Amino acid sequence: MSNQVNEFAFKIATPNGTGSASANSLIMQTIFRMGIPVTGKNLFPSNIQGLPTWYEIRVNKDGYTARTPIFDMMVAMNSATYEKDIQEVRSGGWLVYDSTWPLDERLRRHDINFIGVPLAEMCASAFRGVRERILMKNIAYAGALAALLGMDTDIIRALTKEKYSKKQSLLESNDRAIDLGFNYVKDNYACPLPIQLETMDATKDCILIDGNTSASLGCVFAGATVGAWYPITPSTSMMEGFKGFCQKYRRDPETKKNRYVILQAEDELAAIGMVIGASWAGARAFTPTSGPGISLMNEFLGLAYYAEVPAVIFDVQRTGPSTGMPTRTQQGDLMLCAYASHGDTKHICLYPSDPREAFEFAVAAFDLAERFQSPVMVLTDLDIGMNDWMIPKLTWDDSYRPDRGKVLSAAELDDLKSFSRYLDVDADGIPYRSLPGVHPKGAYFTRGSGHNKFGGYTEDGDEYQEVLDRIARKIQSAALAVPAPIVHRRAGAKLGLVTVGGCHAACKEALDLMAADGTPIDYMRVRGFPFGDEVRDFLESHETNYIVEQNRDGQLRSLLTLETGVPKSKTESILYYAGFPMSAHHVISGVQKTARRAS
Amino acid sequence: MSYIAKPKVHHPSLRKNALGLTRRDYEGAITTLCAGCGHDSVTAAIVQAFWDLDIEPYKVAKLSGIGCSSKTPAYFLREAHGFNSVHGRMPAIATGAGAANRDLILIGISGDGDSLSIGLGQLCHAIRRNVNLLYVLENNGVYGLTKGQFSASADHGSTSKKGEINGMNAIDSALLAISLGATFVARSFSGDKAQLVPLLKAGLAHKGLAFIDVISPCVTFNDHEGSTKGYAYTREHQIELVQADYVPEHSEITTDYEPGSVKNVLLHDGSTLRLRKVAEEYDPTDRDRAYALIRERQRLGEVATGLLYISPDAPDMIEQSEAIAEPVYNQPFENLCPGSAELEKLQLRFR
Repeated sequence: MSNQVNEFAFKIATPNGTGSASANSLIMQTIFRMGIPVTGKNLFPSNIQGLPTWYEIRVNKDGYTARTPIFDMMVAMNSATYEKDIQEVRSGGWLVYDSTWPLDERLRRHDINFIGVPLAEMCASAFRGVRERILMKNIAYAGALAALLGMDTDIIRALTKEKYSKKQSLLESNDRAIDLGFNYVKDNYACPLPIQLETMDATKDCILIDGNTSASLGCVFAGATVGAWYPITPSTSMMEGFKGFCQKYRRDPETKKNRYVILQAEDELAAIGMVIGASWAGARAFTPTSGPGISLMNEFLGLAYYAEVPAVIFDVQRTGPSTGMPTRTQQGDLMLCAYASHGDTKHICLYPSDPREAFEFAVAAFDLAERFQSPVMVLTDLDIGMNDWMIPKLTWDDSYRPDRGKVLSAAELDDLKSFSRYLDVDADGIPYRSLPGVHPKGAYFTRGSGHNKFGGYTEDGDEYQEVLDRIARKIQSAALAVPAPIVHRRAGAKLGLVTVGGCHAACKEALDLMAADGTPIDYMRVRGFPFGDEVRDFLESHETNYIVEQNRDGQLRSLLTLETGVPKSKTESILYYAGFPMSAHHVISGVQKTARRAS
Repeated sequence: MSYIAKPKVHHPSLRKNALGLTRRDYEGAITTLCAGCGHDSVTAAIVQAFWDLDIEPYKVAKLSGIGCSSKTPAYFLREAHGFNSVHGRMPAIATGAGAANRDLILIGISGDGDSLSIGLGQLCHAIRRNVNLLYVLENNGVYGLTKGQFSASADHGSTSKKGEINGMNAIDSALLAISLGATFVARSFSGDKAQLVPLLKAGLAHKGLAFIDVISPCVTFNDHEGSTKGYAYTREHQIELVQADYVPEHSEITTDYEPGSVKNVLLHDGSTLRLRKVAEEYDPTDRDRAYALIRERQRLGEVATGLLYISPDAPDMIEQSEAIAEPVYNQPFENLCPGSAELEKLQLRFR
């Protein structure tokens, strides 16, 4: 069998809470620094300690980053899942296991290769204390993999040195553990295996980052000064990221005081209320949450929509309904976010596909929220938010200035004869806004009850409807301001495929494979809501459009047909909603299934 | 237009405050509450308090939730921004607004349904955070807008207008606030302007959350025999524990009380709260005793009023957050965005 250079995938199975994360990121970073495109997917339980967790690493010289269902190698470090893990290795693949204990012969497969490394035994004699032995066992398997896959050991050394530069004893332990695994494998097996790494030059201008970190960085760069939140998986690390960056960049150099306020709320109802209060008072404010939080925020979102108060909400989606599977990914909140709250509402939504867009759209969200004086939802998901993605470096244009929208200054108010909050002065559907504490002429009464264009309370049907119709026009006009869809047409394509968010990686790979196989398909990835004409035009230009998304009910498909008027008969759903990131094969088999049905 | 703007007619002989404004300048739209509603008396006391303190109306943000009480911010300070938010969620709006702009003078008006049922959690956590906010709970023991259901502050054994007897215990907001660590807790009666106005002024001067529970009878649904929140009942059972007098910074403190019975509390803005103990042995800076005394009076069927507890030096929310002295909302962008060079440098961490 020929070697698979820089094109394979492997999976590491460990019990949760044993400290495998640092070993896994050491492996990821080493491959990345060898210049080889790599992605990692952490499949973890809703648990602090004990339940099984897996880490999948895909190495792909062509830069495909979607999850792959085929594993060439399994590092089986969790006895509880051993049996299942062994089954997951492809025929002819490899299984690395801890040979301190004899392998149960009933589990042996004869079509794969077993690589036993006495990790526990080696660590027991090399390290003292239970904790260190457990931790170093993980680092030792990283050392074993370094030999088996042909990792650059200089890079590993450099990484441990960077990481533990201030903790000499930890550095020594880590290096020793790496050597244990590395040397044992070198002495006992032919290294490297046919699945192997070879230095490339494809990651020079890239970084490895998760979307929660990049989105929080976007909030810092956009000038957000108030963040309110209630901890919820998988969004929690976003506020932790914001706090960390603010401590670095937002301390007044002289007074050491903070140029930001973070409010940990008592629940999501309060978190969104604080964001609305802060935005109403003129701050750029945001809240990160997940589906259950959005459910709670519905009432306040309707208020912000109707009273026209900016707010930026990040929904790092997880599986629903209800508590669902908190540590699994899904795109189940597309409909909820688009029309959150009772009555007629519609919200501006942004759909980043990776951590780079999460950064960029975070910035865009604040501009849009203030420009349109309305909530803006940024929908990522657990896969984008918490997994490490290889993306082109983030860039920043120093000429950027925030679009604070139509906010009247004290001087402008002073010059006005009179101010009415909801008058459509410029005939663009967007009224002028004033902030509290600025000028007596700016005063108005913000309310979620019926109001007329002057801001006064009303129960008059015509006055009420006039305001509501203007708001509808205003939100629809945002279709031109949200990020435009990405459209990629291929010569000879008769079919269209539409997707959203993190499915992009799987769709891109699937479409390339199908095109190479003689089935070119046009592609559109929507990036913002409300949809513009371009979205309708794409759908209309194909007899059949596959709509690829991660939920049961085809929510994107519903949104597309509802909002564009394109008949549902022109669309076919391809769905995957089991809670893991999508793979190219989900897309391809979905297309094939409908094609078979049609013929 | 179905809301009523109040004509701004000034009588030339109206008294002016230090800003040259008359009390009329601190009023708002004409009330749409029932004639004789206790809430309107509270509104009048608020007008008086802001006028007395020479506060520029536009520097105030007046916030509320939903209910009869929550309508009242429309009836005072027409030159201040108002925010009539959603039911029970005024504290969150106030918290956010205060975080964005620490210079705003925040007054929140709520009711017993708004604060003690749907918004109980928000009230508790705003108290815990010590948001710099004057929180006025207009307490009538009843849901007025939905026509007479018991609220969570309705006393055990009191009857509704329809004659139903309330079998549940009441939430006493003052005891609740003290137990949560509130830094300013007072109780008053809408019909007692002489007591209420100084309390409101002291609450405005207090740094942190000043909680004032004002018994404010509902003339339509809770002013009958069997009600414990009506005018007659409250007048009869109100026991003043402490007489509060608010003395602004620039006024000289003169002692016209018996030595030993007067306690001066210095507020953060330099003003003084002068308290005259009506009940012996009452010390409003002793949290445990304050709690015990309110309970004791309650057992006697009395409503203890006045300033019940104060801790003038506790850090408020903004101080706890260690934010800069200026409001964060209008910081220059250069002070907020790290810029491209920093971004480039930072990204070495992600390789």
